[in-house]
Amino acid sequence: MKSLFKKLFIFIILPMSLLAAQPAMAKDKFKVAWTIYVGWMPWDYGNQAGIVKKWADKYGIEIKLVQVNDYVESINQYTAGSFDACVMTNMDALTIPAASGVDSTALIVGDFSNGNDAVILKGKKNLKDIKGQKVNLVELSVSHYLLSRGLETVGLKEKDLKVVNTSDADMVAVYGTKSVTAVTTWNPLVSEILKMPNSYKVFDSSQIPGEIIDLMVVNTKTLKANPKLGKALTGAWYEIMATMQGNSKKAIAARTMMGKASGTDLKGFDSQLASTKMFYKAADAVKFTNSKTLKDTMGKVAGFSFDHGLLGDNAPNAGFIGVETPAGIFGSKKNIKLRFNPSFMQMAADGKL
Amino acid sequence: MNQYPGTQLKVILGMLPFVLILIIYMMASNARLAENPNDKLLPSFNKMGDAIDKLALQPSKRSGEYLFWEDTASSLTRLGLGVGISALIGLAFGIFNGVIPYARANLAPIITFISLIPPLAVLPILFIVFGLGELSKVVLIAFGITPFLMRDLQGKVLELPDEQLIKAQTLGASTWLVILRIVLPQILPRLLESLRLSLGAAWLFLIAAEAIASTDGLGYRIFLVRRYLAMDIILPYVLWITFLAFSTDYLLKIISERFFPWFHSAK
Repeated sequence: MKSLFKKLFIFIILPMSLLAAQPAMAKDKFKVAWTIYVGWMPWDYGNQAGIVKKWADKYGIEIKLVQVNDYVESINQYTAGSFDACVMTNMDALTIPAASGVDSTALIVGDFSNGNDAVILKGKKNLKDIKGQKVNLVELSVSHYLLSRGLETVGLKEKDLKVVNTSDADMVAVYGTKSVTAVTTWNPLVSEILKMPNSYKVFDSSQIPGEIIDLMVVNTKTLKANPKLGKALTGAWYEIMATMQGNSKKAIAARTMMGKASGTDLKGFDSQLASTKMFYKAADAVKFTNSKTLKDTMGKVAGFSFDHGLLGDNAPNAGFIGVETPAGIFGSKKNIKLRFNPSFMQMAADGKL
Repeated sequence: MNQYPGTQLKVILGMLPFVLILIIYMMASNARLAENPNDKLLPSFNKMGDAIDKLALQPSKRSGEYLFWEDTASSLTRLGLGVGISALIGLAFGIFNGVIPYARANLAPIITFISLIPPLAVLPILFIVFGLGELSKVVLIAFGITPFLMRDLQGKVLELPDEQLIKAQTLGASTWLVILRIVLPQILPRLLESLRLSLGAAWLFLIAAEAIASTDGLGYRIFLVRRYLAMDIILPYVLWITFLAFSTDYLLKIISERFFPWFHSAK
């Protein structure tokens, strides 16, 4: 019997304890997840060009950047604890890790979408014409948020149309069919779809600037126990930013590489960058993070998320999950799960990294 | 090898792996929840119960529908249509090809060719040809399993003893009569058998179709709530799908045993 218990222990209890969440502690190896998107391609370049390694070495740690093919899956994996950090938008940071109780910190505010996300109609030039149509989009994503914000501007409600959940991988193919007359999606799909005849962009994220933000999110506990990780990532990011900007040979080569890795070329990548407001300078990102607008934006995002049940069943109101920004806390002070922390970006701006 | 468990012991032994999985799940879930009470990855059974209670027993706040049953109904309708159409086409072509050598020479290569195309690879084509509505979902299921049924049934027809066919013909039966009286009755239980084997694939294609473009269905819900890691909904849905698949399989088995007892006694 004793040996049976021993076996039970080895084969069941031991693997289980591995399944259980691991407590955060000081360590020197970190895994960071990234997915293909114009605002996150710099991470790939930084990884390939050795910039990330250089900064990791400087702080005596090891950072492994892992490309995940499925965006939502990468965030789910981060939330489950397989990654220490992950790239995501402000809305997904609130609705996935924060709503799952994983205290997360927005370490780097990389950019905001300035036209990269758009509502497109077939044969109609006015957003108002969307009334009564079926709209294909990835439900509960930033596209859904964009559509909802767009509808507000023309006095329509989500009830006035029908949302059809459609995988982003098939969006372009689906748009080619007769029955699809309206879509909401992001780049590079937007530019792909707009190439088709009779397609009109009727609303895009440049009309709600600064509301769809692309972040590098780090587990707060891990970051507290390992400020080196924050320093290395931030340092690497702004070195990449400095490298890729402008028309020097090195910058062109960097952007060409990012374009290729995301399935387009330099020209295509530059056109996507044009509809993305990148914060090339740390000081600009700090200024954006410190502004009161960010707090208001998170309020709007939380409102949308709550209306769609994304904050969980036990959320009594939109402020159930507290969001800490330099300008103040939105929502519950007792349940802060998402923190915008400009201190590392500030260090970069001050040249202290 | 020669020791058999008693009836009771057999049940207990059969249940043991299930109980073990449950216990492991509960312990792992408790461990994660102790660390973070809001953890969504391995929710407690209470939480799953609440989620299903909301979806199955209370009308949705936004549309007033009972989402769980709505999802189940639309998924089962699609599955039923897809499998039903596949069964009819598969049966017709299987018999036709099996009995008539000219048809076989003409059609067997193309059917083999089609059956080897991975259906998910031609999804964009299906969407463009059949649109995004219910039709394309049913077509995906049919496209996925019909060629298999055709090939399988053709083979089953060819396995029928030649003596039977020759005897019927010497007694004056026409090709049509042979099909109707000799082949069809013997192929029907084999059709049910093949259907049972292809149900797993049918479910796979159904979920895939619903994940890509849909407004309801079991697969739709799973892929939708995945966006906020609602495992408390996903896990019960997976169990429910498993149960539905098991029930359809069992139902087909019962039908087969009821209407074709000779087929099962011969085995």
